[in-house]
Amino acid sequence: MAFAAFGQNTGPSAKAPPKSGRVAWILLLPGLMYLGLFFLTPLFSLIITSLQVPDVSGEIGRYQYGFAIENYWLVIESYWPHIIRSFTYALAATVLALLISYPLAYFIGVKARRRPLLQGLMLTLVIAPFFISFLLRTIAWKQIFSNESWIVNTLQSTGLLAGDQYLVGTPFMVIFGLTYAFIPFMTLPIYSTLERLDIRYLEAGADLYASPVTTFRKITLPLSLPGIISGTLLTFIPIAGDYVNASRDFLGSTETAMIGNVVETNYLQINDYPAASALSVLLMLAILLLVTFYVKRSGTDDLL
Amino acid sequence: MHKLATEFVARGADLELNGIRKEYPGFTAIENLDLHIPAGEFFALLGPSGCGKTTTLRLVAGLDEPTRGQILIGGKDITATKPHERPVNTVFQSYALFPHMSVLENVAFGLKQRKIEDPMPKAQAALDLVELGHLALRKPQQLSGGQQQRVALARALVNRPSLLLLDEPLGALDLKLRRQMQIELKAIQMEVGLTFLHVTHDQEEAMDMADTVAVMNKGRIEQMGAPEKLYDRPKTVFVSKFLGQSNLFVGEVAESNAESVSINVSGNKITVPKARAENHTGTIAIGVRPEKAFFHEEEPQRTSDSNLIGPGEIIDIRFTGVSNQYLIEIPAIGNVTVFAQNVGKSPVVELGAKVWVSWKVEHSFGLADLPANTHTESISVI
Repeated sequence: MAFAAFGQNTGPSAKAPPKSGRVAWILLLPGLMYLGLFFLTPLFSLIITSLQVPDVSGEIGRYQYGFAIENYWLVIESYWPHIIRSFTYALAATVLALLISYPLAYFIGVKARRRPLLQGLMLTLVIAPFFISFLLRTIAWKQIFSNESWIVNTLQSTGLLAGDQYLVGTPFMVIFGLTYAFIPFMTLPIYSTLERLDIRYLEAGADLYASPVTTFRKITLPLSLPGIISGTLLTFIPIAGDYVNASRDFLGSTETAMIGNVVETNYLQINDYPAASALSVLLMLAILLLVTFYVKRSGTDDLL
Repeated sequence: MHKLATEFVARGADLELNGIRKEYPGFTAIENLDLHIPAGEFFALLGPSGCGKTTTLRLVAGLDEPTRGQILIGGKDITATKPHERPVNTVFQSYALFPHMSVLENVAFGLKQRKIEDPMPKAQAALDLVELGHLALRKPQQLSGGQQQRVALARALVNRPSLLLLDEPLGALDLKLRRQMQIELKAIQMEVGLTFLHVTHDQEEAMDMADTVAVMNKGRIEQMGAPEKLYDRPKTVFVSKFLGQSNLFVGEVAESNAESVSINVSGNKITVPKARAENHTGTIAIGVRPEKAFFHEEEPQRTSDSNLIGPGEIIDIRFTGVSNQYLIEIPAIGNVTVFAQNVGKSPVVELGAKVWVSWKVEHSFGLADLPANTHTESISVI
């Protein structure tokens, strides 16, 4: 019938005209040079270092070239609890940050849409912590939750903490610090997808018998998935390698040491460069593997 | 299409709006709206943008809440009912197809929400109805505007709502596609017997498709009725101008008898049958459609059953294909438009020709109000 006539629209022409390849390469050159100089070279150097063997002189901190693949088995054997701990903390902090950031981003991006002033103010508040040094902020948390602090005293007197229990140095404190530090990195990407969310889709959902909860689950959430994915990647990856929050100088203790702390100790204190490098390479590979799996599972391949 | 239509067993329900008022901060979108749409009717709300027609639709869909008043569907008060609990579906102006779902999933969405059995085959059947079955697995953004429009229609129709709301769904289509869609929409409506509430600013579309047209202006319904009735006998200046074109003449009532009322427009007598006039005393406006008026190169005999004005001068001629549109300037009266069909024997007249304009008294209509910015001196409006 009449409809059949509409179906014959031809699609957009299959191929764009070929672009001049040379200009593209020239424009890419600075970037490629930068990558080669500051990413590939250090990476290559890191891999070589990770395979070095102790110097024949036996002097501490001196190594020579080798192919000691056993370095990797050694660090896995010695530090597997730290590896597991790193990813557990990273997962916990990422999930917590997501749970806190999503409603926040939803409010700023959707509910406050008609009030640009409020929206701007809230966005500023999300970014405001960056105006103060990351280290200072972490120290501040250490002060706030210190053993003599009002918070700890109160928790102890109400019996939530035993008399000899404290907060600083516990996994709770480290995860708290990590979550806090990375909330803006979670909030901003989610905000940017929710800000573009077309409210008419939600109205269409309601019109098609979906309750507000179902509309959120079936429409809002899938449409904000790209933001959730970039947000979780932006938090999970740096958290897994973080060495500040878990450090003894800040919110952690030896019981909370993560890979970052181990790398730091090996590199700067024990001068075991191959072990530190092997751990770094392992961390990188593990993150790469996890992220690939995650992105594939969430069905947004175009992010990779 | 015929096989499928029998599946739509649900029949439309009637819609009733009682004393609806909708205020937004700073302005009132709808003043006081009473409306009754009988079940199974194709009803068009026609008006310029900002007249409150889309607001009315959103109130019925439950996407906005009225400040005051009652909404009843099938006799049941649904004013306080949430949108997802109303037996109403909407074809949105922007289509609002979910971009992360395939066309088929879009159409099946409503069925799944209501836990209706076999949602997928039913959705597929609805897509077949709009002849898009072969594109079921595409994403909406891979479809053309016309195709998306039909998906939106299928997504709403598949739920067999008591009331289907159409928010200018044809607005984004080009003219040819629009005409075809209008015919199909009307055909589907007649087959499935649903109540359609169609919001549009396109008067041709409204007249072409609707059983009843309500002309809306500034948050009020100016006039309501069958398209032919509205066109033949507009009651207000706004309707006479929004629905087609009109020549309007304003003057004091000079004569009045049992059958007719005559006004005096700068010495010209213009008569309207009493039954076709809203007011019979004081200053009133009388109008005539341009295609009901004729012009004469020689002064015709004055008769009691026709109005005659002139002489005037032809100041503009426009050729529109099926007709010529003549603009005639008549001293002391103003400009009058006359459409003459191109049937091969229309008078050959040139710019500047001296002509008289006449029309049958029974084609006059008397309005309830006066054109804005008129004084008692007569003017005419195109």
